Amino acid sequence: MYRIETKIDTKSPEFRENKRALQDLVAEFKARLKEVKKGGPPKAHELHKSRGKLTVRERLELLFDRNTPFLELSTLAAYDMYDNEAPAAGMVTGVGVIHGREVLIVANDATVKGGTYFPMTIKKHVRAQEVAMENRLPCIYLVDSGGIFLPYQSGTFPDKDHFGKIFFNQARLSAMGIPQISIVLGSCTAGGAYVPAMSDEAVIVRQQGTIFIGGPPLVKAATGEEVTDEELGGADVHCRISGVADHYALNDQHALEIARNIVESLDPPKKFELDMAESEDPYYDPEEVYGIVPRDIRKPYDIREVIARIVDGSRFQEFKELYGPTIVTGFARIMGYPVGILGNNGVLFSESSLKAAHFINLCTMRKIPLIFLQNITGFIVGKQYEHKGIAKDGAKMVHAVANADVPKFTVIVGGSYGAGNYGMCGRAYDPRLIWMWPNAKICVMGGEQAANVLLTVKLRALKKAGKTMTKEEQEKFMEPTLKKYEEESSPYYSGARLWDDGILDPLETRTALALGISMALNASIPDQRFGVFRM
Amino acid sequence: MIKKILIANRGEIAVRVINACREMSVPTVAVYSTADRKSLHVQMADEAICIGDPPPLESYLNIDKIIAVAKQTGADAIHPGYGFLAENSDFSARCEREGLVFIGPNSKALRLVGDKVASRETMTKAKIPIIPGMMTKRAEMKEFKEAAESIGYPVMIKASAGGGGKGMRIIYSPKELEKGIEAGMREAKSAFGDESVYLEKYIEEPRHVEFQVLADNFGNVVHLFERECSIQRRHQKIVEETPSCAIDDELRKKMGEVAKKVIKISGYNNAGTVEFLLDKNKKFYFLEVNARIQVEHPITELVTGVDLVKQQIKIASGEKLKLKQEEIKQRGHAIECRIYAEDPENNFFPCAGKILFMKEPAGPGVRHDCGIYSGFDVPVYYDPILSKVITWAETREDARGRMIMALSDYIILGIKTTIGFLSSVMGHPEFAAGNTQTNFIEKNMSDWGDKKKGRKFLNEALLAAAVSSQMKTSEKRAVVKEKAPSPWLTVGKWSIGGN
Repeated sequence: MYRIETKIDTKSPEFRENKRALQDLVAEFKARLKEVKKGGPPKAHELHKSRGKLTVRERLELLFDRNTPFLELSTLAAYDMYDNEAPAAGMVTGVGVIHGREVLIVANDATVKGGTYFPMTIKKHVRAQEVAMENRLPCIYLVDSGGIFLPYQSGTFPDKDHFGKIFFNQARLSAMGIPQISIVLGSCTAGGAYVPAMSDEAVIVRQQGTIFIGGPPLVKAATGEEVTDEELGGADVHCRISGVADHYALNDQHALEIARNIVESLDPPKKFELDMAESEDPYYDPEEVYGIVPRDIRKPYDIREVIARIVDGSRFQEFKELYGPTIVTGFARIMGYPVGILGNNGVLFSESSLKAAHFINLCTMRKIPLIFLQNITGFIVGKQYEHKGIAKDGAKMVHAVANADVPKFTVIVGGSYGAGNYGMCGRAYDPRLIWMWPNAKICVMGGEQAANVLLTVKLRALKKAGKTMTKEEQEKFMEPTLKKYEEESSPYYSGARLWDDGILDPLETRTALALGISMALNASIPDQRFGVFRM
Repeated sequence: MIKKILIANRGEIAVRVINACREMSVPTVAVYSTADRKSLHVQMADEAICIGDPPPLESYLNIDKIIAVAKQTGADAIHPGYGFLAENSDFSARCEREGLVFIGPNSKALRLVGDKVASRETMTKAKIPIIPGMMTKRAEMKEFKEAAESIGYPVMIKASAGGGGKGMRIIYSPKELEKGIEAGMREAKSAFGDESVYLEKYIEEPRHVEFQVLADNFGNVVHLFERECSIQRRHQKIVEETPSCAIDDELRKKMGEVAKKVIKISGYNNAGTVEFLLDKNKKFYFLEVNARIQVEHPITELVTGVDLVKQQIKIASGEKLKLKQEEIKQRGHAIECRIYAEDPENNFFPCAGKILFMKEPAGPGVRHDCGIYSGFDVPVYYDPILSKVITWAETREDARGRMIMALSDYIILGIKTTIGFLSSVMGHPEFAAGNTQTNFIEKNMSDWGDKKKGRKFLNEALLAAAVSSQMKTSEKRAVVKEKAPSPWLTVGKWSIGGN
């Protein structure tokens, strides 16, 4: 395979300024993430510690094998929502390693509002289970939660993807042969009680973990009976009397060790085999990526320069290089795994859409994972293109992406606008994982276009009434739209609402992708199956 | 005993010091500039702290920063290596004030031996033989002329703050004098910030013989015999050996005693080197004291069995010298070749760049002190020394044979080095005969590059071999059919946004 020839001048002022700008964004991201990782307020931490409990991050440290990676999901969930009272939505989810095998964890953070479920907490929990389902990863729930956060009950309780989905998923996952293991490290009240109860195996810590459908206050109100937490649903009750839990732990450390032992006794996973090569670092310094991505998101750049800093040896077997050049397609390896990469080099035309559909078809036929590097403003518009059938050609690409059942991974490295998001495997197209770089933007269209569309509609209506707007009035009319779009297209806004799996430092992309591919191979890759391509 | 040592240096000497510390179970702190992020010394030390941008003034010469790092990491001693701050008496004095142990001489002695004019005055008073020359620092052109007449041509112009050959000039006749002095002053000014120069007699066909000395803080002084460092390019050594074939036991004893006397009257402690010039008639003159561990210290270590860096640390810790003069013996013969990133065919012009591949020499009696590895990028900012090959054997002839073999086994690809050139020096009949005067290279090696150009076919054959193997690998890379390790097991601790 040939190496990509870089055309970047790392000494140019342009490069240096880009580098500084993106590094600033990365630093900001890391600072914000660090703050979020602290969890609840110091007071809540003190209370938590005073009960002899470990923090959620300390628990994970003990649960996983030492010196192994942790691929965290939805790191910035609920960011800037709920008056910022729910950092990370009060929960840590992600994929880590126990006894050499990848597992998915869902861990409540009791320092955040007692580990209760906000709407985004539920979304995060369900998303984690989805990852477990698609990739066949054993689930370990570190439960320490007071159930639903009652002020938000309407956004958490009855709908299809609300609280009930969690238990539905547990049952379905268990039926698929994906182990469901709970460690009860605090309260599991009301709905929360079903997490351990629906698990294959459950561990509970004495004098600390409790499971009950109704807590003592509710029991008192309903029946007048006075009971303590421990009498109602402590470890002794559930391990000796009710049989709701299976393993009796003395403290957090013990419980985590038992959980490790349970994973050790599971059947070893049979990973789907890909044709592997020895891993090789990129030939070009990955750090150069900082200087390659322009400060101005509207400025085009060659996605090959990014690919060269992600893939093994910077080698890339490009496919259809001369046809439909606004999308770059080709084969490469990432830490030894074969991958097919699609990256945008401009707006999608008919040719580029057909080329993408063809390339996706190659990868699904050969069972090669797909990587989408999104920097897309959308499909081309205009009379000439509509006449040529851009709608049906775009549809072919979307159809191919939607039905591609190889593991798909999406990294939004620039703009993600309009139907381009769909064609390039946005969230709705079930990529196994999808991340945004801190410089990325995601929106139905650019703020300027949106404001102009609204203005045109408005002016047309005014014209009918025989009125018009001055230049100043027009600008004033557009301003709120511009502001709203700016705010809502930020990766933090997206991450907060789980439109993606989190922000990624560009330098982390290679490792995150390799971990993702390896994780995905816990599930086998089916033979390809497509529907009707409109020709 | 010292608890933790900061090494204020880089490259092979930093690695050498770290190794000595590791043997003594003393934790180490490396400092590095941003150009040295991937250097070997950074990887080997227990801790490594970045101290600034590549230019030495912003990193390895940044006294405030280095002292701050020592404080911050809890290091109680600083080893300066050679070059950079090693002979900077301000730095040594600053360490003393800050309560840090400077592993080297005290600042007073350092100041004295560092000032060539002042030290000449001291040595003259103590009846140490010195090269006839001027005793004053700043002078008018007339005084220079008179001095040159009284010393007798040829004379040499030297920078009083200098070292490393900068500012040096040889003047053969009165009419060259004025121009030479002006040029010398300019060069001295730009190299050391001090334009003062002085004159001394130029000794023709001299040999450079130096004595290694150790002195503790209690007035005990021993010498560890001589090193001959006559083979030089641009007045800087590239080959050293011990014992010297120019001196016999009687002269050796005499010079050793003079060396010890120099150290005593300077109030010097720790390791040092007393340099002499030896003329055709076996007359020797004191040149200067090198107040540091020398680049060529390993040859002394090999023939005496004494670890000089460890001795430095012990002396700095306040231990008494346990070595007795009569117990120190020379055994066998050792030669050192310095490997520089330089182009011998282009006047030893420094050649920075990436080392694509390296194979180290090894075997009985072969020592390799090294600051590089395959894939390392040699920065342009510093002295281009890469490593040193040192061989030891029972006789000079055996040590020479061993060196030729070691150099032929030593492969560095990607940048130009002095390996091939040194190999030719080792194989030269004049070197084999022991005719090693300081003009060896200009006398015997000036046509070296041309000879090499004669071997055209070898180069082309090697190139073809290299290209053909490259083509094979690009056609089909080895595919691992066996279970390849998953990144989950090879990446190590990792998490999004950093750990």
